Amino acid sequence: MTEILAAIFILSGVAFMMIASIGIIRFPDFYIRMSVVTKASTIGLGLLLTGVGIYFNTIETIIKTISISVFVVLSSPISSHVIAKAASLIRVPFWRQTNLDDYLKAKETPDDPQFSD
Amino acid sequence: MWFYIINFFVAIFATITLRNNIEVLYVSGLLTLIAFLLCILILWLLSALYSRDRFSQFSSIINLTIFFIKELIVANLRVSYEVLTPRNNLKPAVISVPLAIDTELEIMILANMITLTPGTLSIDVAEDHRHLYVHTLYTEGDLETFRRNIKQGFEKKLLATRIK
Repeated sequence: MTEILAAIFILSGVAFMMIASIGIIRFPDFYIRMSVVTKASTIGLGLLLTGVGIYFNTIETIIKTISISVFVVLSSPISSHVIAKAASLIRVPFWRQTNLDDYLKAKETPDDPQFSD
Repeated sequence: MWFYIINFFVAIFATITLRNNIEVLYVSGLLTLIAFLLCILILWLLSALYSRDRFSQFSSIINLTIFFIKELIVANLRVSYEVLTPRNNLKPAVISVPLAIDTELEIMILANMITLTPGTLSIDVAEDHRHLYVHTLYTEGDLETFRRNIKQGFEKKLLATRIK
């Protein structure tokens, strides 16, 4: 019973990670890919660690899995925020259909925005 | 308040490390939980004498956490559906959300929650800390709807955690 439950959690976590990596290939633009990647680190890793904790079912493992998920939740948005800010600073091109009105108005950049296909 | 919460976890950790036995853990964990709830009850009764702000802050933090987890699951399923279906109906946009919160800690929490939700990504904060630039995959209707969703959802619940 424990094994089946653990297998369900681990397999669904792996499935979410696989969907995220398919999304990295399919989506057209750097920023859209970035926001898809966060899925692998939140739900995917969370489900996987829950499955590991259920399977081993000892105190050490449960404490370690809980602290891993807490540190991931603390650190992963900061890193992706910094990467996105760096990308917008060096003008990584946006997708053609992105609605950039607000951003351009705020930045007051005179030159054209860069778009990619 | 926070002292008792930390004390609760320290007690659980102590029982864990002393006796590495899972049944003992459940029983002693239950006892510690009952003791914790009794402490909270006594504190709540005592706080009638001065102020109950801390308790409302605690309940609104729990409210925010539940709302965030719900948003996380909904956005996950939505982006998964988007990846797996062949047609894409993405309407990405970069939207500047005006902020009602002003301290740096609250802005950090709001930006982190937006980034953790799949499909939205906080790109930048304006220099005067009044706007947050959010990259989103979906803009239903116009940009104003998205702004209102963020302000009514995350930001309102985040404002509720302030101590009056």
